[in-house]
Amino acid sequence: MTAMLSRQRPRPRATLVLSIAVLAFFVLIGCMSLIWLPQDPTDFVSTDPFAPPSAGIWLGTDQLGRDVLSRLMDGTRITLLMAFAATLLAHLIGDTLGLLAALRGGLLDAVLSRIVDVILSLPKIIVGLVVVAALGASIPVLVVVAAFVYAAGVFRISRALGADLVRLDYMQIARSRGEGLGWLLFGEMLPHVVRPLATDFALRMSFAILFMSSLSFVGLGVQPPMADWGGMAKENLEGLSTNPLAAIAPAAAIALVSIALNLLVDALDGEAGSGR
Amino acid sequence: MTAPGKVLAVEDLTIVSNAGTRVVDGVSLRVARGEVLALIGASGSGKTTLALAALGHLRPGLARQAGTVRLDGADVFAMTAQQLNDLRGRKVAYVAQSAAAAFNPRLRLTDQVIESALLHGAQSESAARLRATDLFRYLALPNPETIGRRFPYQVSGGQLQRFMIAMGLQEEPLLLVCDEPTSALDVTTQVEVMRLLKNAIADNDTAALFVSHDLAVVAQIATRIAVMRAGRIVECGPTAEIIAAPREDYTRALIAACGHLPGRDGALVPAAAPHTDGLEARSIVAGYGRAEGGQPAVLSLRDVDLAVGRGEIVAVIGESGSGKSTLARVLAGLHAPASGTLRLAGAPLAALDRDRSKAERRRIQLVVQMADTALNPRHSLRRILGRTLKFFHGLTGAQAEARMADLLARVSLPAEYLDRYPTQISGGEKQRVNLARALAAEPEVLICDEITSALDTIVAQSIIALVKGLRDELGLAVIFISHDLATVADIANRVTVLRHGRVVEAGPTAAVLTAPQNPYTKLLTASVPELRVGWLEDAAATRDDLSAALRQGPSEAVPA
Repeated sequence: MTAMLSRQRPRPRATLVLSIAVLAFFVLIGCMSLIWLPQDPTDFVSTDPFAPPSAGIWLGTDQLGRDVLSRLMDGTRITLLMAFAATLLAHLIGDTLGLLAALRGGLLDAVLSRIVDVILSLPKIIVGLVVVAALGASIPVLVVVAAFVYAAGVFRISRALGADLVRLDYMQIARSRGEGLGWLLFGEMLPHVVRPLATDFALRMSFAILFMSSLSFVGLGVQPPMADWGGMAKENLEGLSTNPLAAIAPAAAIALVSIALNLLVDALDGEAGSGR
Repeated sequence: MTAPGKVLAVEDLTIVSNAGTRVVDGVSLRVARGEVLALIGASGSGKTTLALAALGHLRPGLARQAGTVRLDGADVFAMTAQQLNDLRGRKVAYVAQSAAAAFNPRLRLTDQVIESALLHGAQSESAARLRATDLFRYLALPNPETIGRRFPYQVSGGQLQRFMIAMGLQEEPLLLVCDEPTSALDVTTQVEVMRLLKNAIADNDTAALFVSHDLAVVAQIATRIAVMRAGRIVECGPTAEIIAAPREDYTRALIAACGHLPGRDGALVPAAAPHTDGLEARSIVAGYGRAEGGQPAVLSLRDVDLAVGRGEIVAVIGESGSGKSTLARVLAGLHAPASGTLRLAGAPLAALDRDRSKAERRRIQLVVQMADTALNPRHSLRRILGRTLKFFHGLTGAQAEARMADLLARVSLPAEYLDRYPTQISGGEKQRVNLARALAAEPEVLICDEITSALDTIVAQSIIALVKGLRDELGLAVIFISHDLATVADIANRVTVLRHGRVVEAGPTAAVLTAPQNPYTKLLTASVPELRVGWLEDAAATRDDLSAALRQGPSEAVPA
């Protein structure tokens, strides 16, 4: 009763604008890295490793004397694209199977749900380490591993969302009409779950960035000389005393994008909550 | 400011929505101790908004533009959140329509009833528990000393509504705001809860605001009636005066739409002999849970027969739990019966929809109670109707457009509604769209499962007239499921009364309504609210007599 009478305060739009601005900035940098970079990211611009910032080399150099800023910008594209691809794949698999399990129920639901329980019970990073160690650290392997470990969580969410819908009268009516699987899943159910799943997408992508950065940090991620944020943080850790920016800048980028994605989720959630 | 004895004084209150609509438009009213003011009007008339304003509450998206609400002399909209918390429960209490939604299913009932008194520090825990037990006894709850230890799902809907009333009365408030407190109950339970509520208000000398869309219910309990329309009070006066001499057309329409059994006026649909050219169900046994020895664990239907012919309406009447919705689902092929046979136009019909042919599925169409959940809110009406046309008849493009316009005209909706979404139309209009979708299949049998229960009286009447028209003009066989005898009295050719999954009485409407044989049918006919002062007391007396008879009856092997 008290909950019913409590007032809801509309969420400020500032969070939404801010988070989108941060994400747009990084996407822009990622696009720009294809056309122009201050230096060649694999070129040795200085003979000094961990040289402090100077003219033309604004963030200094890394452990091999390469331009940190150029590598950071190049790494933006690689990190974001890989995380996006992994999250997209996780959602394609997780959403389809989750909604299907909700719709069909019975044995299919039981089997899929137990498989997902098993996947979720394993520590993600260990699964990642084992698979990457076995298959080698290539971009396709990394993307598929990340998609695989996160598809389980996506399945849980889309199955729960779907289970709420299946009991509704319009689903029953569509089924009694004799509608096929395609229409039930994508015609009737999908329009309702798009919004919460989009919210999950953003959150899941921040997890994927952290996951892949962690793999890179232990040396099983994107392989040198290619740059990604997690790998850069690892490579340049020992230079913290001479050019701290070389390790802190990529770490800060990871933090910024993750926080922006989480704020976006919050803002979207608030919008969805007040819209109903 | 406030006249002595006035508990609630509303002055020139105007509440606007974000969209700029005046939901409550310059309303003034006063309620004194011992007085019950009923706010009556169709959905969207602003009656609930006005009642909640008495609690100092505005739903999100609403704002007070002008006016004051004074409770016991204090302006509730000038209060801080803390002051409002102290006020609610203590001076003003709220009894919601859906007790099931108002209780936390994981907390014991007594704990929830006394929670607000403990939070306010108004009563010690032991005193609060004593008071609650007294209230349970007063509200005629069985085993008042122990029933409060149960969880909400362990009591019936009527009992839960009584706990809701107990919660409202716990701190002896000056004003009780009741929002459709009996609308969600079965008719026979409604009589009991209304009587208890009426006595409770009188014995506590409480003032009450009573929101309802049903004039017959209100007439039993209110001392004064305020009729609301489009945010304004169009008519206000003592109950007897409003009923005897309504001034506004709208009030007259409300009175005309009031449920009454026409059997007493002699205007009944001629009874037809049972037909078999529609849908026929024989010896249906159905239930839920794991089957043991060929019988499901929980039986909802026991050996039920039902037949409906083309061009007739057969009503199935029963309370919640009587198995009537299970029957609808069995007929529609959504629930597999444990045993029994179905025939469509004389030919055997498979039990489950997936075993039925597309043509068979097309010929039987189901319309359900909740118009909201029956329409996919993300689909425009064009998509909703168009899908059925394409699916069953392969109609697309201009042909489909023309047919959709026909269908909307058939259910009296304008053609431009095709581009609207379900959220953009009213509850009654949604139910019309549901009917239109069923008609798009060009069915022979229409199963209507409580299609008017969620609608207010006048809208429900128009839907019933529509269904009657479909039977007469299209020759449909209609199975009309309802919990309310009065709803179907005007249109049904035959009536089947279900109780605990058994048919207790079946026959032509006139015979069942005017000379019911089974005590349960008698109780049902006696429970239909009549628009006269004093009916409640008569009905309660009849109820007590018949309940005793029912308890001794041989068909009562299964407890409710």
